[in-house]
Amino acid sequence: MSARTHATTPRGEAIARLVARRLAMAIPVLIVIAGGVFLLGAASPFDPIHQYYGVDVFSAGEQQLEQTREQLGLDDPVHVQFGRWIGGLLTGDLGTSRVFHQPVADVLAERLPWTLLLAGTGIVVAALLALVLGIVTAWRQGGWLDRTVTAIGQGMEGLPSFVLAFVAILVFSVGLGWLPVAGVTDGDAEATFGQVARHLVLPALVLGASQSPWLVLHLRQSLLTSLADDHVIGARARGLPERLVVTGHALPTALLPFLNVLGTRVPELVTGAVLVETVFSWPGVASAMVEAGLAVDYPLLAVLALLATAAVLLGSLLADIATALTDPRVRADG
Amino acid sequence: MAEQTWRPAARRRAGTPRGRAVEGRAHARLVVGVAVLAVLVVAAVVVPWLAPSGEQFFDYTQVRQGPSGEHLFGTDQAGRDLFARSLAGLRISLIVAVICALGSITLGTLIGAVAGFLGGWPDRLLMRLLDTVNAVPHLLLGIVIVALYRGSMTAVIVSIVVTHWTTVARIVRGEVLSLRQQPFVDAAISGGASQLHVVRRHVLPAVVPQAALSAVLVLPHAVWHETALSFLGLGLPPHMASIGNILSDARSELLLGGWWVVVFPSALLVVTTLATAGIAGTLRDRLVPRRRSELAL
Repeated sequence: MSARTHATTPRGEAIARLVARRLAMAIPVLIVIAGGVFLLGAASPFDPIHQYYGVDVFSAGEQQLEQTREQLGLDDPVHVQFGRWIGGLLTGDLGTSRVFHQPVADVLAERLPWTLLLAGTGIVVAALLALVLGIVTAWRQGGWLDRTVTAIGQGMEGLPSFVLAFVAILVFSVGLGWLPVAGVTDGDAEATFGQVARHLVLPALVLGASQSPWLVLHLRQSLLTSLADDHVIGARARGLPERLVVTGHALPTALLPFLNVLGTRVPELVTGAVLVETVFSWPGVASAMVEAGLAVDYPLLAVLALLATAAVLLGSLLADIATALTDPRVRADG
Repeated sequence: MAEQTWRPAARRRAGTPRGRAVEGRAHARLVVGVAVLAVLVVAAVVVPWLAPSGEQFFDYTQVRQGPSGEHLFGTDQAGRDLFARSLAGLRISLIVAVICALGSITLGTLIGAVAGFLGGWPDRLLMRLLDTVNAVPHLLLGIVIVALYRGSMTAVIVSIVVTHWTTVARIVRGEVLSLRQQPFVDAAISGGASQLHVVRRHVLPAVVPQAALSAVLVLPHAVWHETALSFLGLGLPPHMASIGNILSDARSELLLGGWWVVVFPSALLVVTTLATAGIAGTLRDRLVPRRRSELAL
């Protein structure tokens, strides 16, 4: 009997197939979301002609409006308009944003890096917090630190991230005067590394901290389970040092579910980014979503909603790939 | 040695000192949660109504006052009493949350029961729909809906119901699937009952406790969702004193040093969410211990 009965295909090939299947599943999901968002727009009392003209709609002549409607194809049936919009998306024409007075593609190019920077730093902060606190609390289960952290963690799950942001601003900016409250640079200063880093501290910490409670509690729980595993008890029995037992034997098994959880938390990360970017006036796509919402900037809204959905799907795909790569027991193609 | 049978941890611990301590803590959590929520609800109903001048009263001689005997929570930039205003906001938030919870369980139970009972392609289709809705971050979907139908309370409620029915639907579907295996359902069907009759008479009543529980679980989320939308300026119309609207106004006050404008309404919000979440958590552990992880919203 072969020792590899559970792995009949090479690992890489299986993962490639996993990616292909997930991508094939993502396409209908994205189309349905696009259709839903488009129908919402079509059914709303909001008239796109206002978007095209802005305030000028009141001074424009009836005939002129009629002509523009004709040009934009606003009187076509909904499915024709939808087809045109989707076709545009596929050929790279994302439409024009009214709030930012530039093509949606340019808005994305300008703002996406800032959001990636903030969200990336935020998730690193959250993961580090979770690792440190999760290990300490599980190792010293029932101790005062464990009880404090667990209580704070559960309390923070009821604390919206914008409230946390307010508290951080009150303490570190208004009270202590250490850190700036808004933007990525002071006034019109150049976006140097030092400037951006100083402005990044508060938003990233708030975003990371608001994401961490769930991760801390999750890692603590899975570490507690793995600390009771046979191989950990065996390691203890062999007299290995405590540090090695926890980080070398218990942690690796607990990290598997943790990796997976990190990937599936993308929706919460996006939500957190929307609120944190808004409070700190961070010039990313998440705060652009709010501005687009306030101004009924439909093309931008729709594209950003699709982008967020794609991010969520990508996150869960990455989580599955990570699991498949790190755990040989999991069948990647199953 | 006596034969050992596996029992759930809670049952193994029942009666031991540790088990009693755990139960006692859970009970205390429930009692405290209910008491706190009761006080808040009474306050939210009574205080704005008793307030000498109402929560919308502008008094420009009393602008930006810190907390005092006269204004417990201080006043905002238009001299409105924040104590009355925050509680009025809490009242609106709670009303919206309750309507949303009812809407979510109605829609969720309907879809979950249909999917679970019919099985086959309707089930697959509905579950795909559920996955699709869950793939969009809920707040973003909310922003899209609310942006297109601005400033209406209905839009806020719809946006919350549309994103929160999925949890209820999944729970109800699972419950219906296991119900269908029960002998009494087989008996009813072999006795000649129509599908509609079986659903109405045997399936729905059995699902009600689960659905009611998930409604309580949805409450804190609905409060959070409404507050977040209002905070972003996309929720309830500005003239309604929702907690989110108050905090949205408070953002500019923060830099002027008016900490009370932020701290008190936030504290009220956090206490409410924690009390509801505490009640929901205890009820969940008590009613359906085996579904603990599934119900963790």
